[in-house]
Amino acid sequence: MNIHEYQSKAILKSYGVNVPNGMPAFSVEEAVENAKQLSTPVVVVKAQIHAGGRGKAGGVKIAKNLEEVKQYAGEILGKTLVTKQTGPEGKKVNRLLIEEGSNIKKEYYLSFVIDRQTARVVMMGSEEGGMEIEKVAAEMPDKIFKEYIDPAVGLMPFQASRMAYAMHFPQPAIRKVTKLMGCLYQAFVGKDCSLAEINPLVVTADDDVVALDAKLNFDDSALFRHPDVEALRDESEEDAKERRAAEAGLNYVNLGGDVACMVNGAGLAMATVDIIKYYGGEPANFLDVGGDSTPEKIAEAFNIMLEGGQAKGIFVNIFGGINKCDLVAEGIVEAAKIISPDGKSLPVPVVVRLEGTNVERGREILKNTPIKNVIMAPTMEGGAEEIVRLVKEAEA
Amino acid sequence: MGVLVNKDTKVIVQGITGKAAAFHTKQMLDYGTKIVAGVTPGKAGQQVEGVPVFNTVKEAVAVTGATASVIYVPARFAADSIMEAVDAGLDLAVCITEHIPVQDMVKVRRYMEGKKTRLIGPNCPGILTADEAKLGIIPGYIYKKGHVGVISRSGTLTYEASFQLTAAGIGQTTAIGIGGDPVKGTDFIDALKLFKDDPDTKAVLMIGEIGGTAEEDAAKWIQENMPDKPVAAFISGRQAPPGKRMGHAGAIISGGKGTAADKIKALNAVGIEVADTVAHIGETVVATLKKAGIYEECHTC
Repeated sequence: MNIHEYQSKAILKSYGVNVPNGMPAFSVEEAVENAKQLSTPVVVVKAQIHAGGRGKAGGVKIAKNLEEVKQYAGEILGKTLVTKQTGPEGKKVNRLLIEEGSNIKKEYYLSFVIDRQTARVVMMGSEEGGMEIEKVAAEMPDKIFKEYIDPAVGLMPFQASRMAYAMHFPQPAIRKVTKLMGCLYQAFVGKDCSLAEINPLVVTADDDVVALDAKLNFDDSALFRHPDVEALRDESEEDAKERRAAEAGLNYVNLGGDVACMVNGAGLAMATVDIIKYYGGEPANFLDVGGDSTPEKIAEAFNIMLEGGQAKGIFVNIFGGINKCDLVAEGIVEAAKIISPDGKSLPVPVVVRLEGTNVERGREILKNTPIKNVIMAPTMEGGAEEIVRLVKEAEA
Repeated sequence: MGVLVNKDTKVIVQGITGKAAAFHTKQMLDYGTKIVAGVTPGKAGQQVEGVPVFNTVKEAVAVTGATASVIYVPARFAADSIMEAVDAGLDLAVCITEHIPVQDMVKVRRYMEGKKTRLIGPNCPGILTADEAKLGIIPGYIYKKGHVGVISRSGTLTYEASFQLTAAGIGQTTAIGIGGDPVKGTDFIDALKLFKDDPDTKAVLMIGEIGGTAEEDAAKWIQENMPDKPVAAFISGRQAPPGKRMGHAGAIISGGKGTAADKIKALNAVGIEVADTVAHIGETVVATLKKAGIYEECHTC
């Protein structure tokens, strides 16, 4: 789960991380009011969206007076920002962060993530602040320093100071930055983060150390013990279909195309997306309906795929392991009853491939209950080719 | 033969009184697995499918001499259950549970350092040695005894691929579902080491997916350490967009790492053929066996 920058900064502040003073604003008036309260010579107006690269897209402006705050807030609020991370459709700005300006002497990069290989939390630092860390990693891997943290003892002071010296912090800032590292680690562990990133972390003209930006991502599996984090969820930042699917207990990712698929199991679901593309189709989604799908759940899955006319065809790819093909077939029959007015049709071609446990019974059910537009596929390859062909025909 | 488990392995089921665990206990018993005890705190004295239930793993092990455990405990308690199995000195713990907080698994891995237990999973379908025993939820009827070892990050893809192998007449030794989480007990290289040392396993099928670099690391390891056992592979997630979690907690391209293209390139670079699509896994294995000149001896069913 992701949250906004201003929310991340509030959490980090509660752990003792030094962040600039600032307040969120939902309107131009509020932005001006916040700036008045800050009463600093320079105020930064920052778009709050769940994506990086805001500065380059015009989502971060420096205002030198209240008039400029009003002007920039008016420009940014409601604007759709297209950044490297938003995709071509961009993201609409509904919130701003109004923050005091900082007198930046130098920018650095600092983050904590989980390293899969060592099964440890790793702290990463670089002198190349402000840059995308992927770019630094690709072009100057020796400019990234790492400290692996033993969960039994946590981040040790010597590790923090080793990192601070490696990153060439000026001597007067060393103690401040090692303290900040310790606080950031506490926040990472305390809130079950999957990422805590400060880019840039800055040293100011008077050698203060400030987290100028902040990005926290959280482990979805641990949200049950962090209701305070769950409460920060901004649904307007999430894909509406993905949101609806999550509520129905479905694992769904919108991929933007028009050949939809419904699959059991995450691995097979990914592989089904791939096979649709392999045969020349544009995958609409990843969808794992899981092993214990009820007809209601399958009906909801169909509704989500069809919503807004996105799916022009659907490939149902089921391998019956523990779950049984006959139950899936019954689910499709029931779903047709729920979805269609006549109870026995689906609005777009649906190619069904069933294999595994009780496959004969499953095929029998679909044969004996003809549903308009439902086509049985003898093999997975055949099914994938067929659905791509049908969607192309429908478009022609 | 096969690796990790056989028909003589004495197994306990942690969380045995849960609905799914009870169902799968019956399935495991029917397959021939020697389930000797179950553990659910507070339920000692009960029986599930004729299997006696104990309050603690230590007690269950002391009474039955079990050496392996399969864990179906809910996510928020599962890390503790793994550590209980490790503390009891079991050789093997297989954790099926999905959605264990990643930082809980970081603690588990730290706790396991210097201890003897091998952990499979979490978030996995378990392991199955053909015609002998299974720990977890893998449907047994798909498997036939043979000479190909299967390692997979995905449950349904393990079944799908094994089904294709059996349909092509290629039997299996053991299927190991290593699981879809980013921090887990056993990764590709660990599982490959087991198959390398198993004389019955003549070839290996690896099923990977986006996220992390375990497949790339495995490719390098195979080239350096296992030149005599052919490996075929499949990687899912070619169309996955960066930064999106595809069902599994570990299936995410992040920081520019973990793309399917990188993995396929690394595998191809050491001579491992990667199936074009999920529908081509069976024939890719057959082609690999033929190329290595062991198709006849691997055609067992």
